[in-house]
Amino acid sequence: MSQSAALTVQDLEVTFGAFTAVGGASFVAEPGEVHFLIGPNGAGKTTCVDAVTGLVRGSGRVTLGEQEVLGRPVQKIARIGVGRTFQTASVFEQLSVLQNLDIAAGMHRSPWSLMGRRRGVEDRIRDALEQTQLEDLWDRPAGILSHGQKQWLEIGMLLVQDARVLMLDEPVAGMSLEERNATGELLHRVKQDRAVVVVEHDMEFMRSFASRVTVLHQGTVLSAGSVAEVQADPKVQEVYLGTASMTEEDAAQADAMAVQTAGGPHA
Amino acid sequence: MSTTATQKKTGRLARISAAGTSPGVPSPRTAYLGIALIAMGLLVLAPALLTPFELRQMGRFVCYAMVAVGIGLAWGRGGMLTLGQGVFFGIGAYCMAMHMQLEDAALRGEETPQFMGTFGVDLPWFWEPFHSPLMTILLILLLPAALAFALGYSVFKRKVRGAYFAILNQAMVFAFVTLLVGQQATLNGSNGLSGFESFFGFAIHDPANRQMIYMIAAALLVIMMLVAYWMMRSRFGELLVATRDAEERVRFLGYDPAIIKTITFVTAAVMASVAGAMFVPLVGIISPAELGVVPSIAFVIGVAIGGRATLFGPVLGAIAVAWAESTLAENFPSGWTYFQGLLLILVIALLPGGIASVGRYLRWKHRGEAGKPTSEDPAPSDPATSDPESENSQKEAAS
Repeated sequence: MSQSAALTVQDLEVTFGAFTAVGGASFVAEPGEVHFLIGPNGAGKTTCVDAVTGLVRGSGRVTLGEQEVLGRPVQKIARIGVGRTFQTASVFEQLSVLQNLDIAAGMHRSPWSLMGRRRGVEDRIRDALEQTQLEDLWDRPAGILSHGQKQWLEIGMLLVQDARVLMLDEPVAGMSLEERNATGELLHRVKQDRAVVVVEHDMEFMRSFASRVTVLHQGTVLSAGSVAEVQADPKVQEVYLGTASMTEEDAAQADAMAVQTAGGPHA
Repeated sequence: MSTTATQKKTGRLARISAAGTSPGVPSPRTAYLGIALIAMGLLVLAPALLTPFELRQMGRFVCYAMVAVGIGLAWGRGGMLTLGQGVFFGIGAYCMAMHMQLEDAALRGEETPQFMGTFGVDLPWFWEPFHSPLMTILLILLLPAALAFALGYSVFKRKVRGAYFAILNQAMVFAFVTLLVGQQATLNGSNGLSGFESFFGFAIHDPANRQMIYMIAAALLVIMMLVAYWMMRSRFGELLVATRDAEERVRFLGYDPAIIKTITFVTAAVMASVAGAMFVPLVGIISPAELGVVPSIAFVIGVAIGGRATLFGPVLGAIAVAWAESTLAENFPSGWTYFQGLLLILVIALLPGGIASVGRYLRWKHRGEAGKPTSEDPAPSDPATSDPESENSQKEAAS
């Protein structure tokens, strides 16, 4: 396992023409923590992840341990140890679960290994299959997996990739309650030596599994801290729910909103 | 490392093996058996059964099949619709033709090929390297590789793909043909190069030599199929399919898709070039008409009909379509084009995987009627991993 390291985001700015999607966001994702990025639609959560992983251009400073992240091409950032998943699970549907994981493990092999075929199954792949409970499905095409299983496969791919920071974009959207809990437990199992960053709409999921929360609003950090601290912050209450405090009922309402908008473009 | 892992892990994990191939990749037994049968047909049966004229036709089809193997890799496995293989075919063909022209000129004791005499020009500079047989073979391999690398890498780096890539290829063919036609005094323009007498020192009209040239071409085709199978089955082949299906995702796993695609494009280009080089001694002429926009599309049609993502589809499709063309063209000179167009539309509309996918479809249907596949693992017992479908089927079974 490569050295664990914190992901430090300082004054991250992303603009699209005249529109500022992220206007100076800062947060630190520490190894051993499941760090939630929450906020209303259009708050810039996904754009933050896009900028850190090199998909969109951003300014400011992002480091993983000692290494600069911004300004490198996507595949270099992946090789430093930043891994991500997408809102719509994007696994290689024609390939088997094992092949998906094997491809994800490729950055640790020499390029010449591509010349040969797979002759064994690496330890890290077995471990990932076990962690994500996909052992029984190893030879199935990824395309036939259920939505939840695809998300787990994606997380498994990040594990074999040996990512030092896992950035997950709405991993539990569309999952059943059981699947959500299984996912949350999985995240807490894999957080050892890794920083886990979760972009999420689902408040219940956040309350159950967040070690730390950063609330984004209109591209800036509105509030940050533990779940209790954030929930107690009047600014957060205002943004989310008008002036009322965050009750179960309101949270359910926020959930409903999240479900309505989950299918839309990147928030 | 993997063997210790197998020993260490027990239970469910122990069943996990390295086996499993991508869709469209046959098992080694099927693949080698199929290649052996094709080799037998081309290298033993065809020379024994066909008339010299038919064998000559077969040689032409074999050249198209070589191009098809490359298109199968680039388009079928890699998703790059190479509508410009005529360029690489032409490079190989003209390299070979220039060498053979110089060889013939030397036999006559002249400095320049015959057609240049009518224009009264000296040997142009770019003909010089083709005095040497070794240099000719090297250039047949290196020129298309260099061009495909330069074009492929710059285009794939800029994320040009899909129809744009195909159109770019067509434009490249068009430019190449225009260039050739313009070279009236140095490459005989639209008449092309023909009238060859010898092939690396062997008299080309001798029937024994003619058969030998055919055998070389057929052997090269078999070698290319082995290369294609190896590329499909390797980790590179899996990565190529992954790149075809989700290029951006591959990037997030630390790979540069531009390099993966470029390697495949270069391989396809070299195969087309070798095909062109063998076409010249087999058919006896190369002209811009053989490698323009229309022939470049025709290369692709056989691949589409046969099954672009499979090992055997491109080869069998290319040979079958070329054979149908020459047979039908003898009987209905103008009808072939319509028939070819109809065939392509039917395949794309009804059978996108090509004829090679019929077998797999039938097997799949057969298995579907026989119930769930009787694989070694029963329905997952863990509720967290069981999918809704299998839960339903369990319920159905219980009721």
